[in-house]
Amino acid sequence: MANLHIGHDFAPPDVRGKVTGRAKYAEDFRAEGMLFCRLLTSPMPHGRVRSIDASAALAMDGVVAVLTADELPPVPAPANQILTNEPHFVGEPILAVAAVDETTAQDAIARIRVDLEPLPFTVDPLESLRPDGPNARVDGNTVLDDEVREVKWIAGDFESESGGQLPMGEPTRTWSYGDIEAGFAGSAVVLDETFVTATNSHHSMEPRTSMAYWQNGKCFLFASSQSQSFPVPGIAAYLGIDPEDLVFVAENCGGGFGSKGGAYPTAVISAFMAKKTGRPVMMRISRAEEYALGSARCGFQGRIKMGFRGDGRLLAVDLYIVQENGPNAGFGDWTSAAGAVSIVYTPVAMRFRGASILTNTPPRGAQRGPGQNQIATAVEPLLDKAARQLGLDPLDVRRINAPGHDALYGDHRDPVTSAYMREALDQAAERFDWKARRARSGERRGSKVTGVGIGQAFHTAGSSGFDGLVRLTPDGKLHVHTGVGNLGTYSYASTSRVAAEVLQSNWDNCVIERGDSSLGLPWNNGQFGSNTSFTMSRTNYAAAMDALAKLKAIAAGELGGAPEDYDVGNETVFRRGSPSTRLTYAEAAERAIALGGAFSGHEVSEDLHAMTKAAVGRLKGTGLIGVAKDTLEKTGTVPALAAGFIEIELDLETGKYEIVDYLGVADCGTVAHPQGLMAQVRSGAVMGFGMACLERQVYDPAYGIPRSVGLYDAKPPSYLDVPLEMGAGAVDLPDPQNPMGMKGVGEPLMGCAGAALLCAISDALGGHYFNRTPVLPDMILTAASGRTPSHGPLQVNTD
Amino acid sequence: MTDQHSPVPEEGQTGLSRRGFIRGVIASGVAVSSAAYLGSTRAARTVPASPGTVERLLTLTVNGQTRRVDVLPNETLAMTLRYKLGLTGTKLGCDRAECGACTVLIDDVAHYSCSTLTHRMRGRAITTVEGLEGPSGTLHPVQQAFIDELGPQCGFCTPGQVMAAVALLRVNPNPTRAEAREAMAGNLCRCGAYDHYLNGVMRAARETT
Repeated sequence: MANLHIGHDFAPPDVRGKVTGRAKYAEDFRAEGMLFCRLLTSPMPHGRVRSIDASAALAMDGVVAVLTADELPPVPAPANQILTNEPHFVGEPILAVAAVDETTAQDAIARIRVDLEPLPFTVDPLESLRPDGPNARVDGNTVLDDEVREVKWIAGDFESESGGQLPMGEPTRTWSYGDIEAGFAGSAVVLDETFVTATNSHHSMEPRTSMAYWQNGKCFLFASSQSQSFPVPGIAAYLGIDPEDLVFVAENCGGGFGSKGGAYPTAVISAFMAKKTGRPVMMRISRAEEYALGSARCGFQGRIKMGFRGDGRLLAVDLYIVQENGPNAGFGDWTSAAGAVSIVYTPVAMRFRGASILTNTPPRGAQRGPGQNQIATAVEPLLDKAARQLGLDPLDVRRINAPGHDALYGDHRDPVTSAYMREALDQAAERFDWKARRARSGERRGSKVTGVGIGQAFHTAGSSGFDGLVRLTPDGKLHVHTGVGNLGTYSYASTSRVAAEVLQSNWDNCVIERGDSSLGLPWNNGQFGSNTSFTMSRTNYAAAMDALAKLKAIAAGELGGAPEDYDVGNETVFRRGSPSTRLTYAEAAERAIALGGAFSGHEVSEDLHAMTKAAVGRLKGTGLIGVAKDTLEKTGTVPALAAGFIEIELDLETGKYEIVDYLGVADCGTVAHPQGLMAQVRSGAVMGFGMACLERQVYDPAYGIPRSVGLYDAKPPSYLDVPLEMGAGAVDLPDPQNPMGMKGVGEPLMGCAGAALLCAISDALGGHYFNRTPVLPDMILTAASGRTPSHGPLQVNTD
Repeated sequence: MTDQHSPVPEEGQTGLSRRGFIRGVIASGVAVSSAAYLGSTRAARTVPASPGTVERLLTLTVNGQTRRVDVLPNETLAMTLRYKLGLTGTKLGCDRAECGACTVLIDDVAHYSCSTLTHRMRGRAITTVEGLEGPSGTLHPVQQAFIDELGPQCGFCTPGQVMAAVALLRVNPNPTRAEAREAMAGNLCRCGAYDHYLNGVMRAARETT
């Protein structure tokens, strides 16, 4: 039977608010008597507060309170701190000031005297690994098992540096499978390449502003968050309150890209200040502050040895990554990168080694495809290098190594639920007319030369075990309660339509309840990690199936027969073969309320999360409640895969390129919302182009001061950096472990595009491989003229 | 959706009584205060923090309406709109003329309101995203086209994108895609939804000419 909703376009309910300006973001909420809060942040990369004198500030007219770290419950190191007496990066908040207006708060900051003792710092992981190198933290330079440790290499480990290769001392983590030495011995071509991928900021258009007040012992927090239910326990823990006592409002999120996926400490400063002052507090975060405390992608200094058989098959990979982790707990990009290599190129044997080293630069967190996308930009051009040496078409090297359904993931060799990478490559190659385009590679028109490239990327794309909650009310409406969040992909809505699909409800009669924990929202995974489409379609399916069973039981009880004699359609539950023997959904909802028990939410299953039980507690007696934990089968990793094909025209006299054409093709299982998916394919590519050729974080190595704290400096792509139009497609074949065939794909859409662009630049240069992101016009010019680059091969945070 | 939340400070903790607070909410319709939030002086304090923070009464024309408002000498139009006139559709993404989220029309020309002093707005006609809909709630063709083409993603840059597109179509009702891109280039979108916004601009142009 054709789907009513899945696979069809619709206007997500929040779009109208976005084009009219009515959609509310954290800074759009107001409360009577609201104070404004500003932060005093660290001017140095590492220091210790000796004393704070806020007396002159507190004496100012209009200043209400000063909040310091001493007044807050401690957050165990090395987690990101709310306020701190030992700042580990420039811009880390030390204290907050609340005043009747923002100007006064800022003036007060200027009158506070903070005596800071400078401490040793570093902005380069390799520097910290040297025998006498500085540590980013007093107690060490790496985090292992949530504890800060010190790792140092011996002087001899650094000998390879002079040859431009990454030193590889004792790793802090290693895994392997298969026999890599046998693989290299049997290879026709072996590459051993050192690479650097830049760290870059998230640049979310909405800074992480928050507003908070307390009322009747509850904290009301309005914050910028990708996720709705998932951060609640973490925020409550920061505040030392029961999750039930937090009302968390996150209707719209002005961009997160991983940096607002879970609870983060900046969001609760306003809440602590509101508690201290007894008044609502708004804390706006500035663009410059966002560059310090707004998270960033981990950078890599890496080395990869790859052995290829004559036909391009990858026999062995030996990967070493030194990760720039920021000063705190950071993120697992380095290990995710290794996992991505294992599945995108399915090497016969592989070893991974690495160390994640602390630096006094912004705290790192997940950024779209954390690890997977950096490694795509590093490895994909090297596939082309191998293809050149082997005399193969780059497409063939990718096809022969592409994962199918039998692919295995990571060191645990997990099975995958489905993998259609080869289908994605084939569809894209045909639509892009790859053979004809490749024939044009190297064509010159004056100073301009054509280059073509292919990129691939991966991310895990699905979880299970979360709860779904739907409700049929006596007005006949289907309410889908979703706690996933709204980061802007509209997957909150497309996955809510799964419930409407199961219950055959008209979309006009559906209400999505979201954005405010007091509406009764279930325990859901965060909106991150490309997981929403897979995870939330399963939870909403589970809840809708529970509602369906209850509809049939109610109908059988009212109208005779057994539940299995009934079916649903046109918002009625009817007896098969006797369509007039029926109840409308409105009638069934009334019966459910009268029946009570599980029908009306007065009884719930024990296996539900406490948050879901509390949500049902709010809703009980208002209709027919469908609520269930997702216990559907899930064995193995859900892969999101994507391929990008690109043609560019590179100007050898300016070092600038124009993207002539781009096509991205996604493997995201069954396509639920075609228009939404195509928007992601194209816009993910924009971010990929930025990562590959524009964005970086620049640090002054002498003083540890950031030099790229504006959009102009750090350079996320603008309209003029991307093609006028881009192509998008999808394999559109189902994942067998999702009831609707759906899986996510947001992240690899970025990595495949960035990698493809780098491949095309190298192609236009006749096979010059930069082994570095971003590739900037000056680097292209330097390469085109055969000069030595201005940076060393292992240098990081360069301009 | 969340107007149900009324922030009622607990009594004794502030100078505001519960009753006084509720009066404030009723007077303003929703929990949007009529009090100013900037260097406002009258409600909260009697002495200005510094000599430069004296507000002057100004008459502005915003979305066709005359609005009288007390404005600080250094106050930007974005802050006046957002914090004194309750027009929060205009967004602040950078507050320093880098991103375009705060774009409004001043006499039909797109401007960054974060970098425009309100005091320079005497006698000028200001249009914000709230001023585009028709009297019966009919969307402006650009707004409708952005919905139809699924332009917005996170939506934070959208009001600025809408205003930039409206400004373009007023001077060039029939732009090429390249002209549209050029005109929109002052508006960043970190989601990268440029393609779909341009689709929206082109659709709006087709449907209005």
